[in-house]
Amino acid sequence: MSTLLWIVILPLLASVLVTTVRQWQRSYLALAVAAFPALALLLLLPMGSAIYSGEVLRYQLQWLPMIGLNFSLQLDGLSFLFSLLILCIGLLVILYARYYLSAQDSMVRFYAFLMLFMFAMLGVVLSGNLLQMWFFWELTSISSFLLISFWSQQGDARKGARMALTVTAAGGLALLAGIVLLGQITGSYELAVVLTQTEQLQQHAAYPVVLALVLLGAFTKSAQFPFHFWLPNAMAAPTPVSAYLHSATMVKAGIFLLARLYPLLSGTELWFLAVTLAGLTTLLVGAYFALFQHDLKGLLAYSTISHLGLITLLLGLDTDLAAVAAIFHVINHAIFKASLFMAAGIIDHETGSRDMRKINGLWKYMPVTATLAMVASASMAGVPLLNGFLSKEMFFTQTLHQGVLGSLSWLIPLLATVAAIFAVAYSARFIHDVFFNGEPIGLTKTPHEPPRYMRVPMEILVALCVLVGVFPQWFIGDLLSQAAVAVLGGAAPEYSLALWHGLNIPLLMSVLALAGGIVLYINRKHLFVFQAGFAEQPAIYRFENVLQRFVQRCRSLTAAIDNGRYQRFAGLMLVLVLWLCGAPLLELASLQGNRPTLPLDMLVLAGAAILCIAAIATVLTIRQRLLSLVMISVVGLMVSLAFVRFSAPDLALTQLSVEVVTVVLLMLALYFLPHKSVKQSSPGHLVRDLALATGVGVVIGSLAFAMLTQQTDTISGYFLQNAKTGGGGTNVVNVILVDFRGFDTLGEITVLGIAALGIFKMLTGIPRFMSGADGEGRRWALDSHPLLLAVVSQALLPLALLVSVYIFFRGHNMPGGGFVAGLITAVAMILQYVAQGVDWVKPRLKVEYSTLISLGILCATITGLASWLFDRPFLTSWFDYFDLPLVGTVELASAMAFDLGVYLTVVGSTLLILANLGKVTTRYRPVHKEQS
Amino acid sequence: MELVMAIVIGVLTSCGVLLVLRAHTFAVVLGLTMLSYAVNLFIFASGGLTAGKGAVLGVTDIYADPLPQALVLTAIVIGFAMTAFLVILAIRARAELGNDHVDGHSGSRQQQESRF
Repeated sequence: MSTLLWIVILPLLASVLVTTVRQWQRSYLALAVAAFPALALLLLLPMGSAIYSGEVLRYQLQWLPMIGLNFSLQLDGLSFLFSLLILCIGLLVILYARYYLSAQDSMVRFYAFLMLFMFAMLGVVLSGNLLQMWFFWELTSISSFLLISFWSQQGDARKGARMALTVTAAGGLALLAGIVLLGQITGSYELAVVLTQTEQLQQHAAYPVVLALVLLGAFTKSAQFPFHFWLPNAMAAPTPVSAYLHSATMVKAGIFLLARLYPLLSGTELWFLAVTLAGLTTLLVGAYFALFQHDLKGLLAYSTISHLGLITLLLGLDTDLAAVAAIFHVINHAIFKASLFMAAGIIDHETGSRDMRKINGLWKYMPVTATLAMVASASMAGVPLLNGFLSKEMFFTQTLHQGVLGSLSWLIPLLATVAAIFAVAYSARFIHDVFFNGEPIGLTKTPHEPPRYMRVPMEILVALCVLVGVFPQWFIGDLLSQAAVAVLGGAAPEYSLALWHGLNIPLLMSVLALAGGIVLYINRKHLFVFQAGFAEQPAIYRFENVLQRFVQRCRSLTAAIDNGRYQRFAGLMLVLVLWLCGAPLLELASLQGNRPTLPLDMLVLAGAAILCIAAIATVLTIRQRLLSLVMISVVGLMVSLAFVRFSAPDLALTQLSVEVVTVVLLMLALYFLPHKSVKQSSPGHLVRDLALATGVGVVIGSLAFAMLTQQTDTISGYFLQNAKTGGGGTNVVNVILVDFRGFDTLGEITVLGIAALGIFKMLTGIPRFMSGADGEGRRWALDSHPLLLAVVSQALLPLALLVSVYIFFRGHNMPGGGFVAGLITAVAMILQYVAQGVDWVKPRLKVEYSTLISLGILCATITGLASWLFDRPFLTSWFDYFDLPLVGTVELASAMAFDLGVYLTVVGSTLLILANLGKVTTRYRPVHKEQS
Repeated sequence: MELVMAIVIGVLTSCGVLLVLRAHTFAVVLGLTMLSYAVNLFIFASGGLTAGKGAVLGVTDIYADPLPQALVLTAIVIGFAMTAFLVILAIRARAELGNDHVDGHSGSRQQQESRF
């Protein structure tokens, strides 16, 4: 079913493509954007017949099957319903936004974000894999952040967006933790599998943790108390965004998650209690505060919170029918709330204000809009013949048939009625305050009807309110029952969507709510006075305060650890090393392991003594830098000899050549750096450093001894056995480098190349400075390049190159290889620079070293890619033997091409570094005698 | 022999740490070079010591552990790249800031600011 994939992808395509057209006229732009979701809708609708017959459509792409990561989509009743809502309301919002946005607003940016959000939302509802769903979930948070902060020049838009992102993304992280736990317990992230593991999960000890984490995610997203505060602040978004995100889709994602995982998580005492209480509190808090909002959108925002609470409460009640009612209310709320937001947007657009204390008596100016808005708010209040009434009636019925709070369960219908009274009151306020109640006060424009097509989306939605309200079964009967089947994970319970159920208690509750609400609204003055007694700081300031205090804390904590001094920080790190490596040693009874030790011989002892003395001398002479450099090169030499002694000829060769290059490099560096350190550390400082150094040395030395004397099983046997048969070489070290672990080597030469290029960049444009003399005040030698060295080095070059070729080719079977050969070549070349100077070498050697690096990495990569031609994984090696006349049997291996890449990169990098540094010295070098 | 190796690694580490904690860039560069020697020997030692053999098939009867050798071989080359990068960074810092202190200035921040 790749059609499913297209449904998800189409909005993303729209989001990307819309950014390529900047000059289009607004209407064409809106049309072009709308074409994508419209097409997606056309693809989705024919699937309805399959869905209605109870099928679940799936689509799966293998990604990382070994760790359970697949790209999987599934369409069942629930996701079909949500996809419909997302696409249909999305289309209406596209049309609406075309008229809502002003000429200054970037339509392209708006539509790009909106389509990105639609993509994310479709991804959430269609995902068949929990981790994938989480990815889309976070994408909705991010894209909604972009949409809320669309008018980023306004401070409250930025703050509101930040708050929404902080709350929902933090919840998202909790959700991720919950999903990972869920995956660990049930053994899969595929919804189809996970949803069958109800018993296993609910009996698991970690079930309460999973539930808490998942609920955190859902409650933050769906603005449930106490996380509801972000939603009113998100009203700084353009109204089409509020109509789409904050009524129909994003805030319903939390509800969707609860519904999706309903068969898995619900049914326990804990679920009923947590979900019911959160829903009930939110229902009441939202309804109460909605009444006191003066901002039109603020009223709608709190009302949305309240309705989301109602849906959550329904999902928390312990009857199957409650879940059906929840789904039903999701549909109804999306329809009437989106149209109300659109009405608020139209009023804002045509009057220039959203303050209900200013906008009054609009009935005279915009009768059509007023009628539409009144019908929608009547639906919000739960007036009969409208869709809001039906689901509210179902809600009342279910509150009477539950027992989640034990003997206190009677409280729920009572509090539901109280909330409904407030709902009627704030709906009445929306109607009466805005459209009647005298004349407008202090408006900047004269209100009038909006452009014809701006009203169309509202008209469609309000028509749906009435149609669903009168013919519920005919309009959404099938849709609802299939969604209910998906939520409940079995057959849908018996229910009737009829308008009239006879005289019963729910009807009485409705009547009570309507009458009570009107009475409450008429007497609202007293309540307003009471509420004014709480001089509360707006949530946004409190939130920003908390956030800023938190950031301040983090800053001072960072400052306490890192005061910007390198020495202190390096010291702290080393203390940590000391602790981490030293503490486990305390638990070890003896360092000496059971591995037989090698007998001591005098040669090694002498070598070690020289090495240690040279190392200590390096430290002691550090203030005479040249001397110190000589000492450290002795250390390097002894290390190479140690490699020779302990059976590592490859390492010895490499270390030796690197040593040469390093010394040349450091000599060059001394030209630019002071030759003596002037400042001496204070004695206290020195003692502290000495103590730390000794401590680290002792711990690392002990660790080394413990490791050396321990008998261990290594994986090297595998390499030794397979080097010849699998890699075609007898030098196992080289075979590991170019074959077994070729991918690592590829990474390493890439790093080498990057380092060289970084150095090249750092050296270009270095400010002009030069020390004219060495540390003792002696001027630089003015001799030209010594003749003897020049002659010898020229004679040596072909020999050295020959050696490096030899080393390169024998590398696969004998010590050598690309690394060593590259270094030898580099050393031979550097000798030319040293003996003759950059000016002499440059015209004679027309090689761009950076090109050499790229060629090397390219060569290695292409060798790796070539194995794809033979349907093998990246870097699969190949080798064979050929009989050539005169030469004899010759082995050809793909590893050689790879090693050539290594060779080229090493040569290129080394020379790029040294030749460029040398060039900088030449730029400011003293003038030679014979030239002056 | 193992004891000697361990002592060498310990001494190299100590000297390296002491140098790394100095205030001048050149000393830090030398210190890191010294630490690279120590680390390379340490990783090399993780395969155990084998005297006078090798990791070439068919030449000797027993073989040294080839894996640490392969690791250390690339580590030596990368270590050189790192040293070079650091040296050039030190040179550039000296050129831009006029001193070779590791913090780019020798006084505390307040002193530094008051000087301008």
